[in-house]
Amino acid sequence: MTATDEREVGAARRRKEDARLITGRTRWTDNLTVPGLLHMAILRSPFASARIVSVDTSAALSRPNVVAAFSGADVADVQGSLPCAWPVTEDIVHPDRPPLAVDVIRHHGEAVAVVVARDRASAMDALEAIEVDYEPLTPVLDLEEALAEGSTLVHPDKGTNLSYTWVFDSAAAGTGADVGAVDAEVVLERRYVQQRLIPAFMEPRSVIVDPGAGDYTIWSSTQIPHILRVFYALLTGTPEHKIRVIAPDVGGGFGGKLHVTPEELITFMAARRIGRPVKYTETRSETMLAGHHGRDMIQDVRLTARRDGTVTGISVKLIANMGAYLGLVGPGTPILGAFMYNGIYKFAAYRFECTGVFTNTTLTDPYRGAGRPEATYLIERVMDELAVELGLDPIEVRRRNWIKKEEFPFTTVAGLVYDSGDYDAATDKALALLGYDELRKEQELRRASGDPVQLGIGTSTYTEMCGLAPSRILGALRYAAGGWETASVRVLPTGKVEVVTGVSPHGQGHETAWSQIVADELGVAFDDVEVLHGDTRTSHKGLDTYGSRSLAVGGIALVEACRKVRDKARTVAAHMLECSPDDLEFTGGAFRVRGTPDAAKTVADAAFAVFAAHDLPDGIEPTLDADATFDPETFSFPHGTHLCAVEVDTQTGHVAIRKYVAVDDVGKVINPTIVEGQVHGGVAQGIAQALHEEAVYDESGTLVTGSFVEYTPPAAADLPDIVTDRTETPATTHPLGVKGVGEAGTIASTPAVVNAIVDALRPYGVRDVPMPCTPERVWRAIRAVGTETEGGRS
Amino acid sequence: MIPVAFDYLRPASVDEAVAALADGGEDAKVLAGGQSLIPVLRLRLSAPSLLVDLGGVAQLRGVREEGDALSIGAMTTHDEVASSPLVRRHAPLLAAMAATIGDRQVRHRGTLGGSLSHADPAADMPAAAAALEARYVLAGPSGRRVVSAADFAVDLFTTALADDEVLVEIQVPKMDGWGSHYEKFHRMVQAWAIVGVAAMVRRTDGVIESARVTLTNMGPTALRATAVEQALAGCAADRAAIEEACSVAAEGTSPIDDLTASAEYRRHLARVLAGRAVAAAAGV
Repeated sequence: MTATDEREVGAARRRKEDARLITGRTRWTDNLTVPGLLHMAILRSPFASARIVSVDTSAALSRPNVVAAFSGADVADVQGSLPCAWPVTEDIVHPDRPPLAVDVIRHHGEAVAVVVARDRASAMDALEAIEVDYEPLTPVLDLEEALAEGSTLVHPDKGTNLSYTWVFDSAAAGTGADVGAVDAEVVLERRYVQQRLIPAFMEPRSVIVDPGAGDYTIWSSTQIPHILRVFYALLTGTPEHKIRVIAPDVGGGFGGKLHVTPEELITFMAARRIGRPVKYTETRSETMLAGHHGRDMIQDVRLTARRDGTVTGISVKLIANMGAYLGLVGPGTPILGAFMYNGIYKFAAYRFECTGVFTNTTLTDPYRGAGRPEATYLIERVMDELAVELGLDPIEVRRRNWIKKEEFPFTTVAGLVYDSGDYDAATDKALALLGYDELRKEQELRRASGDPVQLGIGTSTYTEMCGLAPSRILGALRYAAGGWETASVRVLPTGKVEVVTGVSPHGQGHETAWSQIVADELGVAFDDVEVLHGDTRTSHKGLDTYGSRSLAVGGIALVEACRKVRDKARTVAAHMLECSPDDLEFTGGAFRVRGTPDAAKTVADAAFAVFAAHDLPDGIEPTLDADATFDPETFSFPHGTHLCAVEVDTQTGHVAIRKYVAVDDVGKVINPTIVEGQVHGGVAQGIAQALHEEAVYDESGTLVTGSFVEYTPPAAADLPDIVTDRTETPATTHPLGVKGVGEAGTIASTPAVVNAIVDALRPYGVRDVPMPCTPERVWRAIRAVGTETEGGRS
Repeated sequence: MIPVAFDYLRPASVDEAVAALADGGEDAKVLAGGQSLIPVLRLRLSAPSLLVDLGGVAQLRGVREEGDALSIGAMTTHDEVASSPLVRRHAPLLAAMAATIGDRQVRHRGTLGGSLSHADPAADMPAAAAALEARYVLAGPSGRRVVSAADFAVDLFTTALADDEVLVEIQVPKMDGWGSHYEKFHRMVQAWAIVGVAAMVRRTDGVIESARVTLTNMGPTALRATAVEQALAGCAADRAAIEEACSVAAEGTSPIDDLTASAEYRRHLARVLAGRAVAAAAGV
């Protein structure tokens, strides 16, 4: 037998999926083929705003190997409108979003027409034969101009560019005071801009639709196969049981594949029209242009405090760019941040207002962290500003405001109940790892000597709400679906275990972590567990992977399913050992008779007994399979302290990260290697927002950062070594104690880096550098203050 | 993306390559390491009817010593240039610059001749060739000719190469006794230079006897910063004097204003980086 005393949970297991993922010897959607497969290419608009006068696909049809070509007008009556599952207010302005543009173009890269051919090259060649007559219009690009009276409208029929205004007020909600009625000895007003980002996942999106004989099989590089299946049924009129969606191995997503895409619907329409399987794989240029973007909001904050450093209230006004249409959860993305602008602090009053605005740009939707990085950025930047205003150390001003360990569970001014945390412990550990005091001394020396290379230290003490999400809360926030998750565990006759999970990995390492959990729960070997996912035929329900939810929600369902199996196995084992189930204890991977540990049966023993079914206790079904579905009662709240030391070359504006320390508390850790990998990747993406990445449209609405030459995610050589460590304060709201880690690094790191840059430049009078803090922007920030007097200080 | 269909030839000699280009006419293009051409083809920004791949011409590859100069085959990769003992000894500037190009994969595919012929203003190698006063050997239907670095670089993406000519080799005078340094400034490690400054300095005791300073991405081609060179001749080899001499580094330049950097910032960088490059080359 393979039973073992060693705990798998907590072991730094190498990921079992990595060999196939790293070598590419696996099933990516674009690697797959089916008999008779055709290939589709999409013609996209070169304009941001235009009227389509005519589209002529006839010449494309006569090109070699072309099977079909059609435009939006050809499918106008059947294509329907892409869904928005999160209409955040009752009166939200929610325009139709046709998969293929019919008569109006609303953003650069919008799909206009398609060619389906026997091979991909022929399809792409034939695109050039499609004739489109556009009448270009003036685009609306600037958020504040879009809201101004008399602005050109993205959707003239709606009469406004304003989609919604969503408000939270602690006085109205009864969770705190009125922001206008609290002490305001110090008032800080700041504006920050969250630039637009592009989720640069490694594998471009790809989809195959095989129409079969009316029962559709769809492979898609998606994060959400289950949600996609529901929407395929709702949008195409195909009965849900005639649709099978498969997300094979998926090469990253970061929220960028949390979408029901135009391309998925267009490919479906093509396959249905032609009656043959059709594949569409986007080019990287198309990913950049037409895959959804993230962030893009203007943040105005007003913070009030007493002179002793106690923050009394915070008021936040967002203008969030929706892009040209509402994405699947686009309106809700800034709302995910609404409960986080108070961070880890005990503020008396809080007000939040978000206005969603249409512009002639690619729509925005979740990108790693989704709303929470923006919130953390704002509060952590402005806490540093307060420290400067009061002449306090930035750590000290945070300490005076954050929730103390003994105050948990703590109901925040935003109305959430944080179950646990220890901000002092994480911060103290981070300070020691960074060598904070020594670096402060060095900073003083450099300032005193006028060193052209200045040193800065940035702090970010963050928390986030993870484990999306309690279904009741989602319902209250007008989200269309729930937030539960499911797992099935089946023990095979030889004691091997198959696990079916409703979450859908795209790089996270679920197969490894799930195997570790099952190994401990059932006393089987790590290698004896197979984790099945992403195919709606084997995994018929689930709500997929995003929002750091897989382990924090799906992991609990898994534990509960395992425990059901174990309870059944206990009954069978007791029967085999001729004792009462109550006489058995589960230790060392087996059920043992108390006081007679050699009398033991494993889950595998029980599995074979059940398989034979010759001698089972009365009333016991001959199966060791079980399902569980878990709906969390609340969110989970990982937290941590990230510290960043930068060296800023004041002559060139170049920023070099000298040291980066990440101390995260993600609750109970299943696999420290996976946690560390998540933190590394997350920090890399957060640093990228701080220093490198920005999607830019020119004045005509053309995306000018359309390739990795202009849009510049960092490579390994652009990133610092990252010192990681942890504190472990288990979640108290569920049996596993985990809190989620997928977004933590991204949420924490961006303000740590920008705070460090601004800290380095304080002697020059700099109090902000817009992101990304490119060398030229840093240089200009120094020069701007050098030549002007600092104004606008409130 | 997938390029527009094209014909493809892989000649085994320079003569065959020249003949193929002559036959191919205007729509024929030379493929060297492909690091610039292939992305352009994939984005369908260019659609030549014929590619003449020089990858099979063995005689175009490698570094030879020829008296007072090194002869470097046009198809020698950046990695081979960077790691060549001959280049490192006699033209360390060239080796150092080659090592800064792109990433490891790019350096193993990209070639010295390809980079010089493509004449991207942001490319590093033209500034090295200018500083080293390299000579270019071109082969065409009527034989071979030799062109100076100054004459080879004509304009943005434009060189003295005719449509039916192939760059065969680059002759680099040995620069023993000169100190050199390339100061490259870029946003991302693998990205093009926003501005680069190459400096070569010969000094006697505490005085700079002679200096050559060239600029990357400060105009349509690599530029000689002649005002700096003149100011440095006879200048004390100390930081203040060098910085003073380099304050004219942006004179006569015409850098572009684009998404990566403004022209104003590039001019500022040229001055700062020139000071740093010259100081490093002078061992200050």
